[in-house]
Parts: sequence; C-alpha cells; structure tokens
Amino acid sequence: MTGTLTVIDPGPMTTVQDLGRPGHGAIGVPTGGAADRASLRLANRLLGQADATPGLETTLGGLRVRFGAATRCCVAGAPCEVRIDGAAAAFGEAILVPGGAELALGTPRSGLRSYLAVAGGLSAPVALGSVASSPSLALGRPPLRAGDTLALGEAAPYAPHLAHHPGGAWQAEPTATIVRGPRTDWFDRESSAALTSARWTATGALDRIGVRLDGPPIRRATAYEGKELPSEPMVRGSIQVPPDGQPVVLLADHPTTGGYPVIAVVTDADTDRVAQLRPGDPVRFRAVPPPWR
Amino acid sequence: MRILPTGDRAVLVEVADRDARVALATHLRRDPPPGVLDVVEGAATVLVRTASADHLKRVVDDLRRIDDPRAATRAVTPAALDADAAAEVLLVPTTYDGPDLASLAQHLGESAEGLVARHTSMSWVVDFAGFLPGFGYLRPSDPGQPWPTVPRLATPRKRVPAGSVALAGGWTGIYPSASPGGWRLIGRTDLTTWDQFADVPAQLVPGRRVRFVERA
Repeated sequence: MTGTLTVIDPGPMTTVQDLGRPGHGAIGVPTGGAADRASLRLANRLLGQADATPGLETTLGGLRVRFGAATRCCVAGAPCEVRIDGAAAAFGEAILVPGGAELALGTPRSGLRSYLAVAGGLSAPVALGSVASSPSLALGRPPLRAGDTLALGEAAPYAPHLAHHPGGAWQAEPTATIVRGPRTDWFDRESSAALTSARWTATGALDRIGVRLDGPPIRRATAYEGKELPSEPMVRGSIQVPPDGQPVVLLADHPTTGGYPVIAVVTDADTDRVAQLRPGDPVRFRAVPPPWR
Repeated sequence: MRILPTGDRAVLVEVADRDARVALATHLRRDPPPGVLDVVEGAATVLVRTASADHLKRVVDDLRRIDDPRAATRAVTPAALDADAAAEVLLVPTTYDGPDLASLAQHLGESAEGLVARHTSMSWVVDFAGFLPGFGYLRPSDPGQPWPTVPRLATPRKRVPAGSVALAGGWTGIYPSASPGGWRLIGRTDLTTWDQFADVPAQLVPGRRVRFVERA
C-alpha cells in the first residue's frame, strides 16, 4: 500500500512542484516548476532521490499536513521551524514522520518559499510531462486546500549521498548576477549604470510570475521614448521595464512573450535567489558578460 | 541577423523579416543542436534556450555561421511550410455576438455584418503563441490582404470567457481559457483550443491555418 499526505492547513499558498516542463514555449507554456529549484533539488537529494521528484512549495510557511503511514521527508529552502506533533524537528535533513502524526512548517525567518520533499514523491495529474502547478495559468493541480489528500509514490530504500545541509547561506542583502541585454540600448546610460549600483527593494507585487522592484526609475534613451517593442520571447530572469520605469524580474510562471523591453537577464541559477525575496527585502545586481562573448 | 544576449542560457536572434524568422525557428526545431531546450518565436525574433552555458556557446557558434537563415534552410522555405500547414485547416465555428462587435465596426467605419464577412472570408495563420498557454496570434495568411489595426481596450476586462473570438493590433485570437484580457471581443466558439491533459494540448500551433465559419 502506498502512503498518503492529507492537508490540514495549506498556509498562505502551497502548490505541488517538480522542476517544470521545458520545451513548450512555442505554445505559450513557460517551464514553471519550483520557483527556487535549488531548494527543491536539495530537499530531494537529502532524501537520496531524483532532483525532480514532486514535492510541495509553501509560501511563507504555515503548512500543516498529516501522513497516512510513517514517511521520511525533508524541509529545505526558506529556513523555518519544523514540528512533528508539536515537537521540534530538524530543518535541512531527513526526518521520519510517524503515521498519523502532524508535520507543521512555521513562518520562515527569512526568505519566502520553503519546500517539503517526501520520500517517493507526490502524485498529481501530469500535464505536458510535469506535475508542476502554475496557478495563474491554470496549469497542473490548483493550489492545495484543507482536506486534500495526495497519494505518495513508492519510496526507494533510504540511502542518501548527502545527510545534512544547514541551508543557511542566506545573505542579508543578496547580489544576483545579471547579463545585460537584449534591450540595453533602449535605456539611457545612467539608468543602465543604476541597475548595478543601486540597492533595489522587492515590493509587495510579487508572485510566481515575477517580482516588481522599487528603486531609481529606469528611463528610456531619447531615441526610444514612446517606442513600442513588437512582442518578443521572455525567459525566467528577464528584467522587464514597463513605462513607469520600475523593473519586474520574471520568475517561474512568466509569460512566454511580452511587449516591454528587457534591460538585463538574471543568470539562471540566481533566479532561485530572487524567487526568495520577500516584500521589503533588498537585492543588488552585478553584471557579467554572456558566456559566449 | 543579430544575436542579442539573454542571460547565461539563451540568446535572442533578431531577423530581417517574418520569412527569415519562420525559416530559422523551423530549422532549429527540426534539427536542434545539442542542449537546445526550447525555441520560441516573437514577432520579429527567435529565442533559443539551452541547458547550459557550454551548450549556449556552441549554439551561438552555429548561429554565427548562418548569414541568411533562408539560404541555410532552403529545404524548409516558408512556402513549403505553408503547403504543410494548409493540409490541415482548423475550422472555427463562431457565433458573432461579442460585446465589442458593434462599437468596433462603427470605429472601423463599417457595418457589423461587413466586419463579420471580412473575418470569415479571410484565411488566417498562427504567427506565434504566447500570453496564455495555447493562445495563438493569428495573422492574415496572405500578407497583402488588408486588415485593420485594432486598438486594445484602455482598461482590460477582469475576465474574458474561454472561447472568446477577439481582435487586437493586426491580429485575431481565441481565448484558450478564461483570463483577464484587453482584446476586443467579436464572437465566441465552443471549439476547445487548449487542453493541458490531451496528447496534443494546443490546436493553435505556429504555422497552423485557421478559418472562422459563422454559426447562426
């Protein structure tokens, strides 16, 4: 018999995530998957299972679940309190939750999204090769609600290569690496310079689609004032600049095309860090050349 | 052809015209270089996304050898593609009773019947997709055929029902699912154009030919 996970309280938002569904941009489907892929990967590795095994992504913690049978699991990502039937349990390492016991995740001390990986993974409907949930695009299973029960997959024998990871490398003021372009020439020189010299702040306008930043307004170069960009493809990490000059960093569930020029793109690995920004959190950018130049 | 940086895993290729764009995208999809994860078209660009920075370097080397994508991809000229796509015209039974039909026709200086007649007599082709999963931007398949540029709503609707047939810019489109939207709604169809769990989730893939058929 396979195990089950029943949601007692999903907290502000909990979704099923794997590493997404690449390859469908041509029909308007972004890759999606865990907003912070590195943390889901880590949680799965600590259980000794495949990186892309489906787990849960919580937003600001608050998740409470009950397992039908004893289940090994692991919490990683935004560091938070972990409790089993009220007793403190370890964050960032494999823990065994007894059958019928309640596992609770507290509100993270820093960061936005914590990940719960479960031995054997979670079952959810597969769409375009993935169980990843993109709520704004109605892709995959909708966000979990109290009372939902998910079946667990068959767990392999527990034999991790990695036993413990404190996950504590959380800089108070993270710096994300960017590559300038594709549309740097649409903006004036001072604005381009400010992108890497200013301290940006995450606003409350954030979700799995993107995060709007507050800082010195990014202005168009004179030659491009009022100009419209024909819709062009976007990637995770694209820093779009709408006419008001406040940039938006696109995340996992970004639109595949967009009409606002992109001044720079956050490197693939660092989009995971940007996805952990909470409203009011600072972030800085550091430019590197593209790998092919 | 211009190669523009797009992070450490992708490049955006700006091409001279639509034919060159279609030829390049088709070339990359039919014979993808190692490590290519996704090829996405915009109005005048092709995005190539790869699995790693090393793959990206090799893809850029390959792209630099292509001066003219049409010459490099003679076997897949747009004419050949059009012939392929024409074999499978998607017919969209449409009831023309959209809330914006009358005001839009008036704005364009014609009758609602006249606008519907033009919409149904035209052959359309999916130029590229985006905005929502399964949303295709349809352009007249004969570029010489006149079609008006339609302004978007100043304030988008909070909810446009799935199946709405709409106009904006020089495009027509069908909302694959309910969503907020700023296109002008001229009609609706019961045809399912998007099903994430189907073997073929999207009907409106780039290159697909489409005709709208009026349903009483």
